[in-house]
Amino acid sequence: MLKLKVTDRIDVLPRHSLLSLVFSLAAGLLAISVIFLFSGVNPLYAIFKIFSGSFGSLYGLKETVTKAIPLILIGGGLAVAFRAKFWNIGAESQLLMGAIFGTWVGLNWGPHLPWPVIVPLMFLAGFVGGAIWGLIPAILKIKFSINEVISTLMLNYICNEFVKILIVGPWRGKTKHGFPYTDDLPLSATLSVLPGSRIHYATLIVAVVTVILLGIAIYKTRFGYEVRVIGENPDAARYSGIDFFKTTLIIMVISGGMAGLAGVGEAAGIHHYLSYPESISSGYGYTAIIVAWLAKLNPLYVILSALFFAGILVGGDAIQISLGLPAATVQVFNGTLLVFLIMGDFFLKNRVALQWDLKRN
Amino acid sequence: MEDIIISVAQRTLVAGTPLLLGTIGEVICERSGILNLGVEGVMSVGAVTAFIITFVTGNPWFGLVAAIVAASLISVIHAFASITLQASQVVSGLALTMLGLGISGLVGKPYIGKPLTIKMQNWAIPVLSDIPIVGPILFDRSPFFYMAIVLAALAWFTLEYTRLGITIRSAGENPMATETQGINVYRVRYWCVIIGGAFSGMAGAHLSTSYSKSWIEGMTAGRGWIVIALTIFALWNPMRAIIGAFLFGGIFVIQYLLQPLGISPNFLAMLPYISTLFVLFIGALRDSRKMNAPAMLAEPYRRGER
Repeated sequence: MLKLKVTDRIDVLPRHSLLSLVFSLAAGLLAISVIFLFSGVNPLYAIFKIFSGSFGSLYGLKETVTKAIPLILIGGGLAVAFRAKFWNIGAESQLLMGAIFGTWVGLNWGPHLPWPVIVPLMFLAGFVGGAIWGLIPAILKIKFSINEVISTLMLNYICNEFVKILIVGPWRGKTKHGFPYTDDLPLSATLSVLPGSRIHYATLIVAVVTVILLGIAIYKTRFGYEVRVIGENPDAARYSGIDFFKTTLIIMVISGGMAGLAGVGEAAGIHHYLSYPESISSGYGYTAIIVAWLAKLNPLYVILSALFFAGILVGGDAIQISLGLPAATVQVFNGTLLVFLIMGDFFLKNRVALQWDLKRN
Repeated sequence: MEDIIISVAQRTLVAGTPLLLGTIGEVICERSGILNLGVEGVMSVGAVTAFIITFVTGNPWFGLVAAIVAASLISVIHAFASITLQASQVVSGLALTMLGLGISGLVGKPYIGKPLTIKMQNWAIPVLSDIPIVGPILFDRSPFFYMAIVLAALAWFTLEYTRLGITIRSAGENPMATETQGINVYRVRYWCVIIGGAFSGMAGAHLSTSYSKSWIEGMTAGRGWIVIALTIFALWNPMRAIIGAFLFGGIFVIQYLLQPLGISPNFLAMLPYISTLFVLFIGALRDSRKMNAPAMLAEPYRRGER
């Protein structure tokens, strides 16, 4: 009888990783094609449109880089958290908290200070805002063993409403004629962009530098070692005297704080005021989960995988317009790719072979 | 005054019904050792399927059946990833949520803004529904409500007192020992994930064909996540889930009661989510040994390992 035989793969070589990645993505695209086919969309045309919309033109490329900025920041932070198996699903609201803190600093101090002072202050405030919001689930998990997936998600819903309270209430801009936005940030508190694009390069530089630093931290420092041990073997971590509480707090300061930086980038670089949560973020916190996963939780690879998923976001916008597809299409893309990435991991961890089993007839 | 009490109680039961259905399903699934974080997505698939089929056939019962089938089928993805492939159940569940929300948005797009002309009719139980106050509250409800209560009792009885229930629980407590009893743990867990999905599908069908008569993207509004919290609150017991679900149903209704008092509607919209955190917090203060969580919950089990 022909049987599938599964054994542990002991030697995982780089080419195995690459192969599993390529096959996962290919299989994922195939599955997406089937879904498209069933919803009456020509899959080849749709997929072509997505990638030509994002990587096929200069305009598309600029937009892709713009959307990659928050994804690099958040994805890098999530890679660290996920490595320690802290499932932070709350980056979406950690980003919003960063935007809230950053906007507050920009609106209140911006008119009195020059940009070299105010911009770093805004980023600092955003980092603090995201970090505080990220610390709540960390404390709830370690001290009260409350599942962080649920607590971070609930904090997302809560923060969403909190932003709305601010913009329709106390923070509503006097110059906005009753619209639910804050006033515009003063010029010194906005981030300049590369000419002819929306790329707020200050945030991009911050993003790339921090993920490189994180990559070094994960693989070369004691902290990184502790993060990896906690994730891979919590019992061993406990016996070797790693302080779970402290390490988890640091992890979430990093993860939340980086999402907060992304929030400052979006508020000060793109919108220049605080408005509805959906328009400030458009789901970066959730997309970044897959960004981190595609990068195999390596902060350095996050840059590439962020560009890839930023491309899908931009291409998704393009097919919404040209094919009249709903915004949810991008979610189908992301969800399907994530499913196949998980499946690819199985073939990376195990050798699967077809074998003639002679013993059982 | 009497009218207000009746109306509030009725709306509480209506709002709590999908939470109860979803929680029963998640309890069954988690008791077998599999954490399914895909409830939000599966519920959404159930909602859109029920809506479309009801819209096309004009019969909400067909919609319900279709929702159960669709939700069960999409749950197989999670079962395959987490049981056969031993993948991280957290990530697989999140993927299922994204996929479910995405597919339902894609498929449901043409139906936005088209209300159903027919919805699931209430069943007034003869004689009982004529009892003052209690009658209109408890015995003039949609079939979903009765199903939820009956299924909760049935699931509780099955899990606690039948051989099947012992099999399911032992798969979640000690899969290795279960396997030595000649029980196929993979098969047990597969069925529990699929049945859990079916319950989420029913919950979704309730949202789109009974609670409201329309489909909008994101209409599950985090209920799938509240269900997962309620599963913990219920200590993995379907009967306790009844209390939890209708408590939360009440919280959804309080929003509308307090709105005329001038409290910010955005603050009121936070209430279910704040309450979820609060409920988990209260749960955490309990003795963890009495928590009753399945010992091997979310631990991948590989057949033939030591």
